[in-house]
Amino acid sequence: MAILARPDGTPDWRRRTPRADLLVWGGWFAGVALCVYCFSFISDRTIWPFVWDAPRQGGDLIARMFPPRWSYASQLWKPLWDTINIATIGTALAVLIGVPLAFLAAHNTTPSRLFVRPVVLFIIVASRSINSLIWALILVIILGPGMLAGIMAIALRSVGFIAKLLYEAIEEIDTTQVEAVTATGASRPQVLGWAIVPQIMPAFAGLTVFRWDINIREATVLGLVGAGGIGMQMQASINVLAWPQVTTIFVLILGTVVVSEWLSARVRHAVI
Amino acid sequence: MLLKIEGLTKRYPTGDLALDNVDLLIPAGQVMALIGPSGAGKSTLIRCVNRLVEPTTGRVMLDGEDLTALGSGALRRARRRMGMIFQEYALVERLTVMENVLSGRLGYVGFWSSWFRRFPRKDIEEAFRLLDRVGLAHMADKRADALSGGQRQRVGIVRALMQDPKLLLVDEPTASLDPKTSRQIMRLIVELCTERGLAAIINIHDVALAQQFAKRIVGLRAGRIVFDGPAEELQTQALTDIYGEEDWSQTIRKAEDEEDVAEEVA
Amino acid sequence: MSATTFDAAAAARAWRPPPLIETPWLRYAVYLGALAYALLAIGTIEVNWTRAAEGIERAGRFLSGFFPPDFTSKGDDILEGLLESLTMTVVSTAVGIALSIPVALGASRNLAPLPIYLFCRGIIAVSRTFQEIIIAIVFVAMVGFGPLAGTLTLAFATIGFMAKLIAEDIEDIQASQAEAVRATGGSWFQLLAWGILPQVRPRIIGLSAYRLDINFRESAVLGLVGAGGIGDTLNTSFDRYEFDTAAAVLLVIIAIVLFCEYSSGWIRRKVQ
Repeated sequence: MAILARPDGTPDWRRRTPRADLLVWGGWFAGVALCVYCFSFISDRTIWPFVWDAPRQGGDLIARMFPPRWSYASQLWKPLWDTINIATIGTALAVLIGVPLAFLAAHNTTPSRLFVRPVVLFIIVASRSINSLIWALILVIILGPGMLAGIMAIALRSVGFIAKLLYEAIEEIDTTQVEAVTATGASRPQVLGWAIVPQIMPAFAGLTVFRWDINIREATVLGLVGAGGIGMQMQASINVLAWPQVTTIFVLILGTVVVSEWLSARVRHAVI
Repeated sequence: MLLKIEGLTKRYPTGDLALDNVDLLIPAGQVMALIGPSGAGKSTLIRCVNRLVEPTTGRVMLDGEDLTALGSGALRRARRRMGMIFQEYALVERLTVMENVLSGRLGYVGFWSSWFRRFPRKDIEEAFRLLDRVGLAHMADKRADALSGGQRQRVGIVRALMQDPKLLLVDEPTASLDPKTSRQIMRLIVELCTERGLAAIINIHDVALAQQFAKRIVGLRAGRIVFDGPAEELQTQALTDIYGEEDWSQTIRKAEDEEDVAEEVA
Repeated sequence: MSATTFDAAAAARAWRPPPLIETPWLRYAVYLGALAYALLAIGTIEVNWTRAAEGIERAGRFLSGFFPPDFTSKGDDILEGLLESLTMTVVSTAVGIALSIPVALGASRNLAPLPIYLFCRGIIAVSRTFQEIIIAIVFVAMVGFGPLAGTLTLAFATIGFMAKLIAEDIEDIQASQAEAVRATGGSWFQLLAWGILPQVRPRIIGLSAYRLDINFRESAVLGLVGAGGIGDTLNTSFDRYEFDTAAAVLLVIIAIVLFCEYSSGWIRRKVQ
């Protein structure tokens, strides 16, 4: 907001000073230019005739996808059950590792701000920046294909997520409650258990089910790289272009995700 | 002397001098009110006693033991002898009243027994006796955040007493309470101190309340003690020393008037 | 205070520590259910121990790839993949945000009529249900391999994410401020610009920064299904067992994510 003086001395009101105006427009211009440049980069690597063909291709795809092959569903229950297990066990493992990391990372509970905290923060960032599919890719090479790689991939990706959100919750606690428990002569572990843990419990429960819900989604595609679950069937069906089977798989995934989202919303509602 | 403070100075890392060479003696069983404007260092002073805030220099002796020299284990044992009562009650809100009260015994039990809430039967009995004394025994299993302000402060008092302390450090106990509840809480604290022979340092910004309930008043201004004497001696000149120039004639009488009003309402 | 004498000893005998779940039958049902599930789920994991033992040697080789990582011998591929990822991120975030705002307006119950509301909520639900990878598979099938498929995928996912959160924010705004604008006789668009935009703008900017961060991370995996980006480079290096190049790619991803995280955190602090 700027109040300027006209040449005759009367005050004038404008939203921004001319200088700020110029900066804002310049910023928008630079942003648009960047997007256009980036788009031209992508466009150079695109075979446009394919793209113009996309509506026909898409129509074709949809025509081949319908009707879904429902009978295939009977072979999918076991992989679906595996998928849910990958997500659940993976989340549980991530909680086991992530909770201690969160306490080591939060600046009010870490044993050492200089050494432990930066190391733990790096572990958290590394875990978060690598997608579970990439973790799965690495783990399939190491452990061989199968559920175990999937579980570990989910766990390794979720550790960072859980630890990050939990340590933020720990840093936001009410410090007077901590002070009060400290003043009774409680030891550090007791202060943790009596003043900090009760305060972060709702956040902890909420973010755990939230991550579980995300993990169900992620676990559906881990099979694409061989890490178990329903994605293995999806990969196999796509490879042989059995699109009606793919549709059946999509519908099952959709159903599972809707149920898990509903469940996690219910739980989060109950604890907060 | 129960508590002996010698040359206590606290300078925060920001450079603010909160306490400037404070000397103070408190005999066993004495209830003392600490008054002074906001930022005078009242809260820092009592936190330096149980070392929630580390003093920069100076000594704090409790029963002849130098608290400032203690290691962390010995400090925890020393803290058991000093109960603290807080301005915003500082109850752990998501725990029940009983758990909050039992948290006063944390210094006496090991980690795992406290984690599984296994406390000696006599602690639990004592907790119920004290809760009954403040009229809250029927609330034992309520969650702390379900209580009213006055009830929470009583739970805070019981938690401090559970420590079986010799000294109470009380930080603005009435700041979040209405006038009537404030008086009830102050009366309760003073009564309990008399019953159990406890000394207390009560930080309070309400001068009238301080005069009404404490025998001895200490005035703090900018980290220095500028008044120390019996409550009756706190007159216009002393108040001007502590708080600065103002018309104090109404303040000094007000306490008894308000008390009458409160009584009538009740 | 009670007139009758209170029996503290009896009360103490009767007192039990509060359980986590109030209702006893529900408590035991939850415990038993959790135990049964744990046994069942862990039973489904098949571990091929001989394969896992072999894996230790591969894990060693993979880890040794980090000491030192090889940035140079496949330097061109890494740079190409990185540029693709970055351009995909920029374009998809810009397009996604631009499209998500009208969808968000349509998905706000306090602004849109019911049919439009349901339609926009439908878009959000579809976009959020399916993993980016699944959407990428469909787009690759439609427009061919390359970064365009990835860009479309990320833009589509951005719409669901942004529109849902912005719509929630619009539904939470102070009605009085919007009412005041309406009372001055403002049109629907003036209502948006004066009554609603000022209230939700900080959140839009914060979410955009956050989404930029997510889109980059996602762009790193879309290459696995041929949708362009650095994931392609990563996948190729894994296929060829060039672990030192793979390590270099992973480090580049982590570095950029770190950079994004700090800058998006900085932007969010600025606007709040």
